[in-house]
Order: sequence, then structure tokens, then C-alpha cells
Amino acid sequence: MQETGIPTQTPAPAPVPVVDAIIRAEKIEKYYAQPSENRIQVISATDLSIVPGEILALLGPSGSGKSTMLRMLTGLSTPTAGQVYWHEKPIADAEINVSIVFQSFALFPWLTVLENVEAPLQARGVAPDVRRDRSMKMLDTVGLDGFEAAYPKELSGGMKQRVGFARALVVEPEVLFMDEPFSALDVLTAENLRSELLELWANKTMPTKAVFLVTHNIEEAVLLADRIIVFGRNPGHIRTDFRVQLAQPRDRKSEPFTQLVDYIYKVLTKPDVAPAEAPDQQIRVRDQRQMHYQMLPHSRPGGIAGLLELLLDKGGRDDIYRLADDLSFEIDDLLPIVDAAQLLGFLKVEEGDAAITPSGTEFANSEILRQKELFRAAAVANVLLLRQIRRALEAKSDHSVPEEFFLDMLNEQFSEEECQRQMETAVTWGRYAELFDYDAGRRRFVLPDAPEEEIAASEDSE
Amino acid sequence: MKTQHPLARTPVTARAWPFLIDAAVAACALALFFALVSTGAYWLGKPVPVVPISHSIGALPVYAFYSIVRIGIAYLLSLIFAIAYGYTAVYNPRLEAWMIAVLDILQSIPVLSFLPPVVLAMVALVPGHQMGIEMGVILLIFTGQVWNLAFSFYSSLKTIPREMQEASLIYRYSAWQRFWQLQMPFAAIGLVWNSIVSVAGGWFALMACEMFTMGTRNFQLPGLGSYLETAAVSGDMRALVAGFAVVILIVVATDQLAWRPLIAWSDKFKFEQVESADRVASPILELLRRSSLLSSLPGRIWHSFEEPIYRRMAQTRDCRIVHPLDEGRARGKASAGLWALAVAAIIVVGWGAAQAILMLRTVTWPDLRLLLEGAGATFLRVNTALLISAAWTIPVGVAIGFSPKLARFVQPLAQVMASVPATAFFPILLIGLVKIGGGLGIGSIALMLLGTQWYILFNVIAGAMSIPSDLREVSSLCHFTRWQRWTKLILPGIFPYLITGMVTASGGAWNASVFAEYSHVKDHTLQTIGLGAQIDAATDSGRFPILLLATIMISVMVVTMNRLIWRRLYRLAETRYKLEG
Repeated sequence: MQETGIPTQTPAPAPVPVVDAIIRAEKIEKYYAQPSENRIQVISATDLSIVPGEILALLGPSGSGKSTMLRMLTGLSTPTAGQVYWHEKPIADAEINVSIVFQSFALFPWLTVLENVEAPLQARGVAPDVRRDRSMKMLDTVGLDGFEAAYPKELSGGMKQRVGFARALVVEPEVLFMDEPFSALDVLTAENLRSELLELWANKTMPTKAVFLVTHNIEEAVLLADRIIVFGRNPGHIRTDFRVQLAQPRDRKSEPFTQLVDYIYKVLTKPDVAPAEAPDQQIRVRDQRQMHYQMLPHSRPGGIAGLLELLLDKGGRDDIYRLADDLSFEIDDLLPIVDAAQLLGFLKVEEGDAAITPSGTEFANSEILRQKELFRAAAVANVLLLRQIRRALEAKSDHSVPEEFFLDMLNEQFSEEECQRQMETAVTWGRYAELFDYDAGRRRFVLPDAPEEEIAASEDSE
Repeated sequence: MKTQHPLARTPVTARAWPFLIDAAVAACALALFFALVSTGAYWLGKPVPVVPISHSIGALPVYAFYSIVRIGIAYLLSLIFAIAYGYTAVYNPRLEAWMIAVLDILQSIPVLSFLPPVVLAMVALVPGHQMGIEMGVILLIFTGQVWNLAFSFYSSLKTIPREMQEASLIYRYSAWQRFWQLQMPFAAIGLVWNSIVSVAGGWFALMACEMFTMGTRNFQLPGLGSYLETAAVSGDMRALVAGFAVVILIVVATDQLAWRPLIAWSDKFKFEQVESADRVASPILELLRRSSLLSSLPGRIWHSFEEPIYRRMAQTRDCRIVHPLDEGRARGKASAGLWALAVAAIIVVGWGAAQAILMLRTVTWPDLRLLLEGAGATFLRVNTALLISAAWTIPVGVAIGFSPKLARFVQPLAQVMASVPATAFFPILLIGLVKIGGGLGIGSIALMLLGTQWYILFNVIAGAMSIPSDLREVSSLCHFTRWQRWTKLILPGIFPYLITGMVTASGGAWNASVFAEYSHVKDHTLQTIGLGAQIDAATDSGRFPILLLATIMISVMVVTMNRLIWRRLYRLAETRYKLEG
């Protein structure tokens, strides 16, 4: 289908904006303040431009600060350093015209579909009858004709996101931002919405000049985007930025498509090449790459065992992309498991392939009690936090340590939320490995056999 | 199944300097008390005309009307104040910790002990006029109602999902639109449920406030409370029963005409992704909805009023840019003026608190001993009342809750009973006590029971209903003994609900103690040992230092109890005994 009248795109690999950027970020950085005077860098100095005529996808694993980027580019969040410009005016003073489609839809449940779509126009002081006409037309465009009087809770997820799109498009935004818009939907609905979005974009039915999509779904990015930026984490930074030259509509099964997907997988799983560090650091910043706690990937021991067993069935080595495909997992589901197995020394990642190690083979071949033993050994050897908890428990006379003690230490390096998640993962692993037990009521770690020893200890003291 | 938890509220957020803030708030309260007392004492000499209270049945409708108007005004004031308070607390990070500490303490202090100084101060403001008492009483009811409303609004604002807030910002909603389309709807359900509790508390206080004696002088207002008391004092049984019927009628009517429609209507503000099956039915709301005029007219009037506001707001610069969500935290240092103001406030508060403490010097050791004894007695009495309520409501409530048919009938009844002001029963109870010659020691426990047990009952019913039936089936499949059934299934299952009920009941019982331990019937004074009795006696004889000390003691006891016991149990209930679906 060549009837799209767009002239052939310049196949420029380097994304130097030829046209004036709508939004331009200049060395924006984000830190989160910690109670302990430390500041955690979430995003390191980043340049980024959004130019007219393209769908730009920001792709990266969870926790890489993609959403924070989106919020800084829309003016919802102020960068700690650097500046965002809207048509070369600082964004805080500019009358910007953007919309966001949210992952959770963020519809107002007490307003009808029509009222939800009308609300942004109301905020701009549009007269009631004009407002109604425009909203009805937009609802028609997204295929919600006849649903205007329904309340969001009466609709399915896909329908809700259509309302989200209608609300975003009704203000005729110059840039349409989307924050994982399809990840709360089931596969078929998501696929359907994606193709409809592309159709609206290609036919110029939507008045939008540029689209900015945040996603962790590689195929989604390759399917939709004209340009993809891959984001790395700890702290968030641009790993690579390239144009997608495939013609629309794109075929998931075609060779160039799968090659591109595979390439991105490789970029994402490639261990970070240590970049030259920024020389002077006027503020005390902890770079998360230098810290001594590893970031625990949020996965369960059962998942790790399952992955290793699958890998063993496949001869001990397989392409991560194919693994994800076999399991119909998205990268956000699979990568933490791969990371965890790698952290524990059960597998190695080489060039986008996962290869099982001898200890991994032994783990996968063992029965459950032996697996726990192996896991325990691997965890104590490789995971600092677990080792510390265990040592503290052994050192204390009552064999019990409050969780807060370790949270305080984690707090030096992770954000509040991440600390909680780290702790949760540590608890899951530690419980599985029988390294310790965790009393959720008192929020304390205890040694698994503590009660008996406690009695013994108290008898001793008497 | 109705598993909605009507009185649940989120626990107070952690604060950085709890003790410091609490101490400062206490100092403010002391200073305020001193201000009230000193203005009140100054004007004590001025005569206020005493309106005689009739006890003919013909006067009842008018009296009922007066009382309702008082409650209505106080409720509206507290609603407005609560919203303003919650809003200010959320959007001023610097004030937030302070404002929440104030909330936290004030909502657990029994307001009735403030009655005399508040009325005196108000009489001082409007000397020689009934209006002063009127304002004092309304102010008091207001103070009793406002805190839980404010707390509910505050915690609603705090829990608005982040993406909803971002949506309102990116689409450049004005403050007006945010308030009506995001904040108010989100807070509506909490406000409705807390309004029910607040108004019930308001009636309780009103019944007690409309008539009281101080020194040789009577303060009384024409109203239901004073009517009941006059009828009781003069021993007019017929008037008493009639007045009583009117009280119940009002409570039932409020429930049917105001609360049920409101609850049913607020259902649309439920923040849920999928429509739930259980709903509160309200015939009145249905009726209103069916009338096309009534259902569309208010909306139309509202729109024509709103449109110009939106148009004007859209023109302002404030609405043309997107405001960052994390703006509040990044704000700069306070200006010099603000600092000066803060210092001045600290000096004034400090001086006032010091004066109030100086006043306490006149308290003698025997007085103090008596007060301590009283504190102990009241403490025991309140907890006895709680234990008795729990002892009978747990088995009964569980039995009712396990039988859906019974529950459907009894639960609303218990809810209405909880709204009937126990203070209205008191005159009848007193007459009974005088006739059988019993003392107030038991009588006051009975009064506390009257007020508090219903809260526990309806929460226990709700708790029992929330226990999933598959868990109950497991317990019978495993042949649990009766003991195991109670300790392993039922008690843990109802625990969060029980705690909610007990917390509310404990507050009510403390409040009742002020009123219950001391009373005049005809010519003789009935009283027992207790802090409440001492507060009343001190009021009677105008001994402000004793009044102050007793109030401080009761407040300290209540706040300590809340901090040490209830809040911990609450947290335990939230973390460990939560039944998650």
C-alpha cells in the first residue's frame, strides 16, 4: 500500500532535528530527595526533542524512569536540573497544548462518557453547544457512538481506553502523550486499538502533530514508532536512539521486523558498558551503578526455577526473544526473572541469548529440598542484603531484627517505593531459602528456628 | 452482601515530630481555654433573661423545630469549615503536620466539658441576650461535629490517585473545576458517612446543652433537650413520652429522608472500575429521580450559574499553563512576615498557657486527690460500659450477621438506634433511678451503654457478614469445636470491624461521662464519684481551676488511650486481620 502520500522519509540514523522541535529537553535530570540528605538520581542529564510528523517511542524496562521523562516533557514534573522548552519557550510559562492517555485510563467514574470528554473543553471555556458537538464527533471517531450516556464503570477496558483517547484528542493537542496506554488491556483489544490508532494517524484524522509513546513492549514500539529511544536504568539514560525504516503497515512476521525486535532485545539485555563518568559532582549524588546493594529484580524463586527448567529442555541455551515468545511473556515479565537467575549465577546472558551455568543445571535438575539448599547458597553468596539480614540475625542474642533497620540502609540508595519492593523481594527469597522468617505483624525478621533457641537462651540466663 | 465499612477511616499519616507538635497543640488549647474563661468570668455578672420552658405537648413542634435549626446550622458550618480545613492542610505542606495534629487531638476530646466556658464566652460577646447562649451551644455542637468530617475530607484528598490528578492538571482544570469534578466527588462518600456520625453526635450534645445550671443561674434554650429535661424534673410522664417520640421520629425521618437518599446517590461516586452488585436502595431518591422537573431543574440552574465561571476561569493565566504536580514541595523559604507572625503567635499562646497553668495553683491537694479518684472511677466506668456492650453485642451481632435474613432487618435498625441521642433517654432513666432508689454509679454506666452499644452492634454485624461463606464451610468441614470456631474464624474475622466500633463507642462513652455522673432531679442532686461529676460540680459552683484541671485530665486520658491502645489495635486490624478478596 503506497497510497500514503508521505514522501520517502530521510533514512537519517542520527536523529538530528531538521525541523523545529515542538518540545525540546535540554540536559534534564531528576533527583529524588531522601530523608537522609542523600539524593537519588533517577534520570541523568538527557537531551530529547519531539519534532512534528513522527511517532516517537520511549522504550525501557520498568524502573528506568520512562514515566518520569514523560511527566517532565509535559510539564507535570519539574526537572531538578536542565530545562524543557515548548516551541523554544520555557515550558513552565508556555501555554502548551498536549494530552496524555494514561495507563489506568484516569477517567472520572462519576462523569458520563460524554461529560468525561467534555471536561477538558470546559476547562478551556468552550461554549456548551460547541463543546457537545465536538465531543460527540470525537466519540464517533473513536467508535463510541451511542455510549455517550454510559458511565465508565459500565464499559470494558478497551472501551474505557477509547474514552481516554477521545478525551485526549478532543482538545486537538499538538503532541499526544501516551503512558503505556495498552498495557492494562488484553492482547486482542490492545492489538485492535493499536491498529485503529495508526489508521487515525495515517489518515490525519487526528489533528496531532506528534505522538510520544512510553512502553515496555518491544513489539509495540516497533509496530508503531517512526523513531525509538531505548532507555536504560540506574539512573535513566538514553541507550540508543534510531529511526524505524519499515513501511506501514508493518508485518510482525517479516524478517526485518523480527531482526529489529531481536536487536532491541540485545540492547536491553547487554550488560551496561561503563560510560565515562561525569567529572565534577558538585552535589553528593550516589550513582546507582556504584552502590553496594544490588537492585534485586522483582521475581519469585518459582519463576526462576521454571525458567531454568525450560531452558534445560531447550538444550541449555536459547534466544531470550524466543523464550519470551514461547511463554507469551512481555519483557517486563521475563527480564526480571532472567536478571534474577543471572544475579544468582544460574545463567549467563550473552548476545541476547540466555545460557544456563553448571550451578543452574544442578538447580534445575534437583528436587525441591535440594533446590532450596542451592538457592540458599547462591543467595548468600551473591545477594548482599540477604547476607546482611542473615548475619544480623545470627549475631543478635534474640535472633530477631526489625525490618526498619534494613529499610534505613536501603533508603540510602533507593526511593521510598523501591525500598519497599526490594524488601518484599528479599522477604520472598529469604523465606523460600529458609534463610530467615519474617513476622509481618511485628515487621521483624526472625531466624526460622528462633522460638526454640529463645527458650534455650532464656533458660541459660536464669 | 453488604460489606461496606461505614466508619472506617485511614489511620493518621506518620509525623516527623509527634511529641513536639502534640505539646504545642496542647499549649494552644490551654491558652484558648484561658481566653474563654477569662472573658466568661468578666461578664458573669451580667443578667441574661431566662426563657421559661413549657412542657405542654403543644409547644413540642416549635421546640423540635428550634433544635433542628440549631443542628442544621451547626452541621452546615462544620461542613464548610471541614472542607476549608482539609483543603488548606493538603495544599500547605508547611501547615499540614500541625493541622493534622490539631485534628487528631480535638476529635478525641469530649467536647461537653467545654460547654460552660464556651457559653460564658459567647454570652460575653453578646451580653444581655439569649443569642449568646444560642451561639455558644451552636459553637459547641459545631466543635463536636467538625473534626471527623475534616479528617475524612483530608484523607480523601490525600488518596486521590496520582493519574487522576495528572489528568486534571494536563487538561488545565481550574481550581473550581478540580474541586467540583475531582475532589468533591472523590470525597463525597466519606463525607456522607461521617456526616451521619457527626449529626448523631450533634444531637447527643444538643440534648445535654440546651439546659444547664451554673452557679445560681440557669442557662436554657427552648428546644427538645430542655423540654425533656423540664418534663423530667417536673415529673410529667406524658410530656416525657411525647418528647421522646418526637426525638425518635426526627432520627428516623433524618435517616429515611436525608441519609438513605444521600447514601444511594453517593453510590455514583464510588471509585470502582467495575460496577458492584450491592447498592443501598432509597425509595425517596427513586421518587425524586422519577420527577423530571426535580431531577433536571437543579442541574440546569447549576449549569447556568457555572458556565460564566468556567469561561472566566479559562481566560486567566493560571489556567493556560500546566502546573507541575510536585510544585508544593519545592517551594521556597517562609517570608520574614510569616516568621514574625509565628513568633507573635508563640508568645501569645505561651502567655495564655502560662496563665492557665497559674490558675491551677489554687487547686489544693485534697482537690487533686479527689480528681484523681474521680479519673480512676470514670476510667473504670467507661471501660466497664465498653466490656458490657462488647459482651452482649459480639454473640448477638455474629448470630445476626450469619443469618442474612435477620441482618437485613436488624442492621438498619441498629444504625438508627445508634443515631438516637442517649442523652434524651437520661431524664427517664433518672426518674426510674430515683423511684427505685438506685445510685448514679450504675445509672451512668447504663447511660453510657445506651449511647455506645449500637455502634459496636452494627459493626459486629457488618463484620460477621463480611466473613466469606467458604471459610465458614471449611470450619464446619474440619469439625471445628465451638471454641476453635470462635478463636480461629469468627473473632479474627470481625476484629477490624469490632475495633472500629469500639473506638467510636469509647469516644461516645467518655463524652457521656461528663453528662452522666451528675444530675439535678427536682430538688436534690444525684451524683457519684467521677471526673464527669467533678466537671459538672465545678461548673455548678463556678470553680474554674477545677474545671480546667478535670478537662485536662479527661483529655489526656482519652488521647493516651487512643495513642496507646486503640491506634495500635487499629493498625493490627489493618495489617493482619484484613480479609482481602
